[in-house]
Amino acid sequence: MTAPVSSFGRPVSVRRRRKERLAVGAMYAAVVASLVPLGLILYFLLIRGLGAMTWEFLTSSQPLTYVRPGGGALNAVIGTGYMVGLASLISIPLGVAAAVYLNEYGKGRFAFLVRFFTDVMTGVPSVFVGLFVFGLIILETPLGFSAIAGGVALALIMLPIIIRSTEEILRLVPESLRDASYALGATRARTIMKVVIPASRSGIATAVMLAVARAAGETAPLIMTALGSVQMVTSWSSPISALPLYIYQGVKNPFVAGQERAFAAALELVAIVLVFTVIARWLASRGPKGMRE
Amino acid sequence: MTVETPSHPSAEQRRTLVDRPRRRGDRYFRRGTVIASSTVLLLLGVMVVTTVLSSRSVFASQGIGGFLFGMRWVPAEGIFGALPFVYGTLVTAVIAIVVGVPIAVLIALYLSEIAPRGVARRVSYLVDLLAAIPSVVYAMWGVFVFVPVVLKPVQDFLARYLGWSKVFEGPVFGLSYLSVGLVLSIMIVPIVSAVCREVFATVPQAEREAALAVGATRWEMIRLAVLPRSRSGIIGAVMLGLGRALGETIVAAVLIGSQVDIHASVLQPGYTMAAVIANQFAEADSSQVRALLGLSVVLFVITIAVNVIARLIVARSSGAIRKVGG
Repeated sequence: MTAPVSSFGRPVSVRRRRKERLAVGAMYAAVVASLVPLGLILYFLLIRGLGAMTWEFLTSSQPLTYVRPGGGALNAVIGTGYMVGLASLISIPLGVAAAVYLNEYGKGRFAFLVRFFTDVMTGVPSVFVGLFVFGLIILETPLGFSAIAGGVALALIMLPIIIRSTEEILRLVPESLRDASYALGATRARTIMKVVIPASRSGIATAVMLAVARAAGETAPLIMTALGSVQMVTSWSSPISALPLYIYQGVKNPFVAGQERAFAAALELVAIVLVFTVIARWLASRGPKGMRE
Repeated sequence: MTVETPSHPSAEQRRTLVDRPRRRGDRYFRRGTVIASSTVLLLLGVMVVTTVLSSRSVFASQGIGGFLFGMRWVPAEGIFGALPFVYGTLVTAVIAIVVGVPIAVLIALYLSEIAPRGVARRVSYLVDLLAAIPSVVYAMWGVFVFVPVVLKPVQDFLARYLGWSKVFEGPVFGLSYLSVGLVLSIMIVPIVSAVCREVFATVPQAEREAALAVGATRWEMIRLAVLPRSRSGIIGAVMLGLGRALGETIVAAVLIGSQVDIHASVLQPGYTMAAVIANQFAEADSSQVRALLGLSVVLFVITIAVNVIARLIVARSSGAIRKVGG
């Protein structure tokens, strides 16, 4: 860093220079203050998680009590897969369709309202979403705690994320592509399905990946919808575990064996989430050439 | 900033030209997308109605005022007062904001005004990683590392030397309002700094250059050109962080200490709305579940109010800037 010099060639006064240095120093300190916890968390995860990680952990289900050592989290991985999968099936088509409306058709008050409340919906506490699904599905229908209820709750969390980020992506599709399609006689629906969406494929994939990463890490809404289970469950309609639930319950119980398994499960969960996040970044960075700017 | 020549039909006009001879398929397609986007409005509406309906029995039995301002929460006796939870939620969120926002704004300033592009890209990548870590992992790290190893000595220090003030009164347990607030402050940094960066990006480059041209240092440039333009945007960002902090569940459930009480000292254990919902849900009987639903309605109303205000501020400030810039 060179000392700042004013445009008239006079050196900047000591007082002003000190202020400048103080301000920039505070900025560096802030960056450090947020990266140190990140480092500590990742270090903790690696040390404790790898310490408890075994082949058995990856390939077997949890023992029936938190006291007993050994076993794994396969039942939780399967549960997370079920619920995130169902949530994706619900929220991706719905979210992309809503984003198409907002970007291709939407104008005026209705579009403004949808956009605004989609933003607001991203701020709804996830525990509230869980209780809502509990009140709607579990209290009002014969279906009890289940993968279906959990999947619906996660879909509600993914939906606004997918809508808003897909809309941003669709906005990047150059208008000339649409014009070219219209000029060939294509209707608007055909243009959207055959030109606009294919052109933004990798961007939409990015949005989906980020939403999936977010849903995979959600704990609170699953407490009141999926409930959790220590058994391997492959049914859609009975209580089921998920990785975040598995970790939460392991942490809450005072037994070392359960905690050790929670460490390994946390490493597994973060690895899964980071893989999705990295894929998302990678897809975003290699999108079609015309859309990069 | 590019200016479109008015002689061509706008993109919107060109699109509607194609619409003229509407075909049936086209109409259905459009209607499908309208329905999809209506679901958001519908869902929010249904959320409010269902939760209010399924929790109304607790408001009826305790009275709205009795529920909101009741100090006691004794499920066995059917007494449900939410004040300790409301208090804990507000205290932890305020701690998160007070600690997290300055850090987030400084990071945003560094990334958008000071750092070379390559460095900024890498640092923002890392800061965004903080947002990718699931909250249950923060909770786990908090209870096994942060609170016993990092925070306990700090709390002991605060209690010994500032204990005379009500805010830092001992004894120190470890789990406390402060432990939740500080972990939340780490968690809100990515969202607050991301929104701040977007706000800073709307400041016209010419104003920065004008400040630098009259000999301002970089800090003076920030103070003269960047911050005055971004004030309301930063407030919006803070509100978004606040919304996040108010609703965070698992970190609070694990680190708050689970004590249904109101303490002036941030070193004492307490409770938050989201935490009690998560902790007591599994063992709750029917009337307690209704009470927890009631709590979630209160939480929802508070966070939605905060979010709506935040979004309005952000939308208005960026709109205003766009108008000035164009």
